[in-house]
Amino acid sequence: MFAFFIRRAGQAALVMVVISLVCFAVQHKIGDPIRDLAGESVSEAERQLLREKLGLSDPLPKQYIRFVTNAARGDLGISYMFGKPALDVILQKFPATAELVFCAVIWVLVLSLPMGIYAAIRPKSVLTRIIMGVSIVGVSIPVFLIAIILIWIFSVYLGWLPSFGRGDTIVLPGGWTTGLATWDGIRHMVLPSISLASLTLPLFVRLIRSEMMEVLQSEFVKFAYAKGLPLWRIYLVHAFKNTLLPVITVGGVRIGTMLAFTILTETVFQWQGMGFIFLQAVERADTSLLVAYLVVVGLIFVGVNTVVDLVYGLVNPMVRVTGRK
Amino acid sequence: MTPETLLQVKDLEVTFALRSGKYQAVKGVTFDVAKGERLGLVGESGAGKSITGFSIINLISQPGYISGGQVLFEGRDLSKLSPEEMRSIRGDRVAMIFQDPMMTLNPVLTIGQQMLETVRAHRNVSGDEARAIAMDKLAKVHISSPERRLKQYPHEFSGGMRQRIVIAISLLSDPALIIADEPSTALDVTIQAEIMELLLELCESDRMGLILISHDLGVVSQVTQRMAIMYAGYIVEVGPTAEIITNPSHPYTQGLLAALPGLQKRRGRLNQIPGVMPGLTSIPPGCPFHPRCQSVMPVCSEKIPALCDHGAVRVACHAVTQEARS
Ligand SMILES: Nc1ncnc2c1ncn2[C@@H]1O[C@H](COP(=O)(O)OP(=O)(O)O)[C@@H](O)[C@H]1O
Ligand code: SF4
Ligand SMILES: [Mg+2]
Repeated sequence: MFAFFIRRAGQAALVMVVISLVCFAVQHKIGDPIRDLAGESVSEAERQLLREKLGLSDPLPKQYIRFVTNAARGDLGISYMFGKPALDVILQKFPATAELVFCAVIWVLVLSLPMGIYAAIRPKSVLTRIIMGVSIVGVSIPVFLIAIILIWIFSVYLGWLPSFGRGDTIVLPGGWTTGLATWDGIRHMVLPSISLASLTLPLFVRLIRSEMMEVLQSEFVKFAYAKGLPLWRIYLVHAFKNTLLPVITVGGVRIGTMLAFTILTETVFQWQGMGFIFLQAVERADTSLLVAYLVVVGLIFVGVNTVVDLVYGLVNPMVRVTGRK
Repeated sequence: MTPETLLQVKDLEVTFALRSGKYQAVKGVTFDVAKGERLGLVGESGAGKSITGFSIINLISQPGYISGGQVLFEGRDLSKLSPEEMRSIRGDRVAMIFQDPMMTLNPVLTIGQQMLETVRAHRNVSGDEARAIAMDKLAKVHISSPERRLKQYPHEFSGGMRQRIVIAISLLSDPALIIADEPSTALDVTIQAEIMELLLELCESDRMGLILISHDLGVVSQVTQRMAIMYAGYIVEVGPTAEIITNPSHPYTQGLLAALPGLQKRRGRLNQIPGVMPGLTSIPPGCPFHPRCQSVMPVCSEKIPALCDHGAVRVACHAVTQEARS
């Protein structure tokens, strides 16, 4: 366990160093902290004064160290768009994005597991052909197109579901704004979360199916038949538990990809999350906000990867034992 | 079928429907096993031994299927049972031991889970009772501190230990017949003998029937009372082990015996039979062994020899029957 922890911490540190370098470069190259602090209408003399005061004429390594120490204290600069600390802005938008990704992941799991397993154990059935056919189409349609098609069908044509915003939200103790506590909020969640899930769902169906079909060919599955086990146990315990290992690994990576695609989904659905804000920050060159976004997303990546590794260890006894030593 | 007959395989045929056509991997195989008897199935790789063994419990994987014959076991034709009836016999009355213990056990389940699920697939017992049965069987295969072992995963055991565990699993329901497909082939030479001894000991003490499948005539001859030699899907010679070992009739059996390392005259090299077993799609006409046979006659490439009584054994060979006639 200790070795595992050290390795994880090392990887996390490496990722964060890379992110900090990227962020520093972004800030140094295109950022304008003077504007962030004092606004656009400041005279050149005043600017020069501020620049000296802020240490912007210092050598680069010194500036980088200062950037990292500030970041470690949670100070990622001021967002000039909002006139607030950039980190606060991002964290305020975090619940919207987290709930969107969470619901998309739920869609993916709830749909891909039964479909993938079914397609693996009934490879020749009509339903399997349909599932596989649709999934191939799904893989190749871009997310924004799916989003637009969904909006057109369910919002414009049928008028069943809202197509923008989060709807009614409630602030939970601790400051988390949730859209999942009201019926209106849930209705607003449907289309964005399906759009985001459409990116990963077909991929997962195909992955689960192919992994499971491979496991079903293995000797231990044949032995499970020879032991006279009921079919459900062979499929759901023997085959599926082994299928999970590669699925968890890929799943971790996909959560990262989904996080990236929230930028697109949130923009299409006017979803007030981190991704939506990020795109605005890009348009307005609000570098502090960009940096805060990158740092938070980087931390999420590291966190997700750690959780995925831990879950993997729970399923795979071999990892567990090497960890124990 | 006498009251002492446990298993009777009659004219068994197994067909593989491949893309290029249908091919028979097992062709009219007939043999029987008495209660508590140990029968060997011997032949080079590809002879159809495993397919024969698996078809007894109707466990041939696609695209293979039983295309003819009967598998009479305790009065029932197993090849005609419903899937659920067949399931209730597998692992209960008929158990199997596979070749490679590294692959047979599920890597993500504990030994306990894999044993208990087997007990409970066949008997309505509590978890504690099932655990007691599992520990009893582990002790029977000489695995120490069974209680602790139940919590361990397969990768925590050596190959030999894993095969003992597989054997313990096969014993869980006190089967009447065990089919062991090359049970020691994948193991270290030193451990092979231990596993065979263990199997022999268990079969004798519990009066279990055994079908021992192996390419190694030497191993089979030490454990079994009777054996059947297979070649290209046919049984070419079947009879008491002692008789076949001391006085092999079929040229193929003679070839296998001559290739045994222990029986080699010191000529410095193994007396392997020249050539190889034909593949499923390229079995020659007539006697399938004729391209490799040293006693080959003109008729051999035209007519398939039938299995005929020859003293204490049954043999399928034109040369043997002709010699007997003259
Ligand atoms: N799934 C399969 N598909 C096609 N041919 C197969 C399959 N399984 C076995 N065979 C063929 O059937 C023949 C007998 O195989 P097998 O019973 O495994 O031989 P062995 O005597 O070595 O156990 C071989 O020629 C093999 O190639
Ligand atoms: S039938 Fe002919 S070819 Fe076949 S084993 Fe006998 S002698 Fe050899
Ligand atoms: Mg075999």
